Amino acid sequence: MKYLTEYRDATIALPLIERIKRTATRPWTLMEVCGGQTHTIVRQGLDELLEGAIEMIHGPGCPVCVTPLEQIDKALMLAARPEVIFTSFGDMLRVPGSDCDLQQVRARGGNVRVVYSPLDALEIARRNPDREVVFFAVGFETTAPANAMAVWRARELGVPNFTVLVSHVTVPPAISAIMQSPDNRVQGFLAAGHVCAVMGWTEYEPLAKRYRVPIVVTGFEPLDILEGMLMAVQQLEAGRHIVENQYVRSVRREGTPAARMRVEEVFELADRKWRGIGEIPMSGLRLRPEFAAFDAELKFGLGDVHVNEPAECHAGEVLTGKLKPPRCPAFGTRCTPERPLGALMVSAEGACAAYYHLAKYRGSGDSAAAGAVS
Amino acid sequence: MTAVGSVTLACPAPLDASDRVQLGHGSGGKMSAALLRQRFLPALANDALAQLGDGAVVNVAGVEVVVSTDTFVVSPLEFPGGDIGSLAVHGTLNDVAMMGARPVCLTAGFVLEEGLPLDILDRIVRSMADAARLAGVPVVAGDTKVVERGKADGLYINTTGIGAADARFRPAPERARAGDVVIVSGAIGRHGMAIMATREGLAFETTITSDSACLVGLVERLRMARVDVHVLRDPTRGGVASALNEIAAASGVGVEIDETVLPVPDDVRAACEVLGLDPIYVANEGILLAFVPAGDAERVLAALRSHPLGAGALQIGRVITRHPGVVALRTSLGGTRIVDLLPGDQLPRIC
Repeated sequence: MKYLTEYRDATIALPLIERIKRTATRPWTLMEVCGGQTHTIVRQGLDELLEGAIEMIHGPGCPVCVTPLEQIDKALMLAARPEVIFTSFGDMLRVPGSDCDLQQVRARGGNVRVVYSPLDALEIARRNPDREVVFFAVGFETTAPANAMAVWRARELGVPNFTVLVSHVTVPPAISAIMQSPDNRVQGFLAAGHVCAVMGWTEYEPLAKRYRVPIVVTGFEPLDILEGMLMAVQQLEAGRHIVENQYVRSVRREGTPAARMRVEEVFELADRKWRGIGEIPMSGLRLRPEFAAFDAELKFGLGDVHVNEPAECHAGEVLTGKLKPPRCPAFGTRCTPERPLGALMVSAEGACAAYYHLAKYRGSGDSAAAGAVS
Repeated sequence: MTAVGSVTLACPAPLDASDRVQLGHGSGGKMSAALLRQRFLPALANDALAQLGDGAVVNVAGVEVVVSTDTFVVSPLEFPGGDIGSLAVHGTLNDVAMMGARPVCLTAGFVLEEGLPLDILDRIVRSMADAARLAGVPVVAGDTKVVERGKADGLYINTTGIGAADARFRPAPERARAGDVVIVSGAIGRHGMAIMATREGLAFETTITSDSACLVGLVERLRMARVDVHVLRDPTRGGVASALNEIAAASGVGVEIDETVLPVPDDVRAACEVLGLDPIYVANEGILLAFVPAGDAERVLAALRSHPLGAGALQIGRVITRHPGVVALRTSLGGTRIVDLLPGDQLPRIC
């Protein structure tokens, strides 16, 4: 635990916060792309501590938040099939599909199991040869290597009853989509350290140059994030826009070649829809044709699923920093953590849920909270 | 709908209300509270039930007694630091003790699944007997039912505890007052993480043991200290966070706790980090929370620390008038976050 406590040391963090405040001659708007960083920022109250110096926009880097409704509905269809054991990471279980979520499918008799690794799902398949085991392969470049490994192992071991429902997305196209938006407010990015630990940061260099935006590869502990913020603010104040690496203890420029190789062997780039944002060209991963036998969509003939998404929830605008959650007409009334309209209200650390709790603390559903947290 | 460049923004339609019981209804969070409020209380309403404490105070022929009941469905049946038998004794005796009462006797109801090995049943019953004997509280009545294979998870136990109420020592969830301090008797998160670490599918090894223990002796130390303890609660399912929320709601006060002093053992913290869980929502079975007037804090801490189960007792927070009904946590860096009831079970995060 020494490793963790070192990066949560208040005696280092508090002077760092003061330094960021002194360095920022004006308020800067940064986006942390990753849900793991959002988690740390909200848990530690970093946004509150930096109020006035930095406005943090919680970006689209939460795989729970951006998995499209079509894929959730496909997951629900598969989980409801009697011959299927549907396996998933835990936090996908409460994400609303068109008319229910995976927990509700389980309550109605679906065999839905939480796993901590896709290799655990593969093991369930090996132990249950008379059942079809499907793993919900969601996430960014971080979960892709393990998911690729599970598929690769399934082929190596000849496990015919294991398939994956793929909904992988990649970060750089999302950064492009955000920066190309006409009303974009993001002035600098904290890039997710674990994504870069796999993929490196070479893909980010042309983005920083093209959009003239600082991108700092950042870790997940409070001190990592504060350092990343400081580095981004220093660049902004100096008018620089390059990729810098705060997370030197874990990330190399070229990433982890072995993991990249496995991902590239099993997956290929494809157009992918993001929930709340829409389709972003070549922003996702899909199984290569030689691994088609492990594609749940093909095996179960799911085809295209048609969904209707009314504009009741404005998650996309929240994810791109255009709308504060309390300004959403459904916030706290038709959309609550118990009955979420969108994924941002699902997790206790989601941007909308964070505001919901803060509003309760401040005794206000709107303005008092709106200025305090981004 | 709004456009981001060529990208369209949209979000899904509301969910229909679920018409089935879900696992989250048993989590101790908001779903559990809603189930109680909407399904049970309207049908079963009476004054004793309305107290909504760990048990109820009832008048039996002029004598006030405390009644508490609990059903234990833990899997695995045996886990590091305990088993379902001792847990079924500890859990119910602790609930009686949290009412300020002295436990007198227990009853035990068993639901056995066809096929359960009898040697496992023997071990669990012996463990139960040992726990009851150590607590000095006999099991005076019981019941056994057997259900077909597949209709239970090996073995379920219901225990009911009867205790003698103490008119001079009557902690209750609605008695928290501004100015009280919040004290915890020991390390948090051990039981829940011990259970999770031994369940199927968890891919790491750990030595975390459950804190399952009988708190009756510890509560006796508090009684002897002659302090007006406003609230006692053992933070079982839903953890410290849920217990504090229930107390804040029942008393209409705000609670602030300090993250830097929360006693989370390193192995529990490490396991929680790996799984993306928050230790303040993880179940405990051998610690208590006490709300006491600030002026009595030192006496209460001394009383708790005089007992082996309270050796690690410390103050973790205080009661305030601001933000009534809300529990806030002051982070190690000086920020604040809200510790709300979870909607359902705590779900591990992907990232």
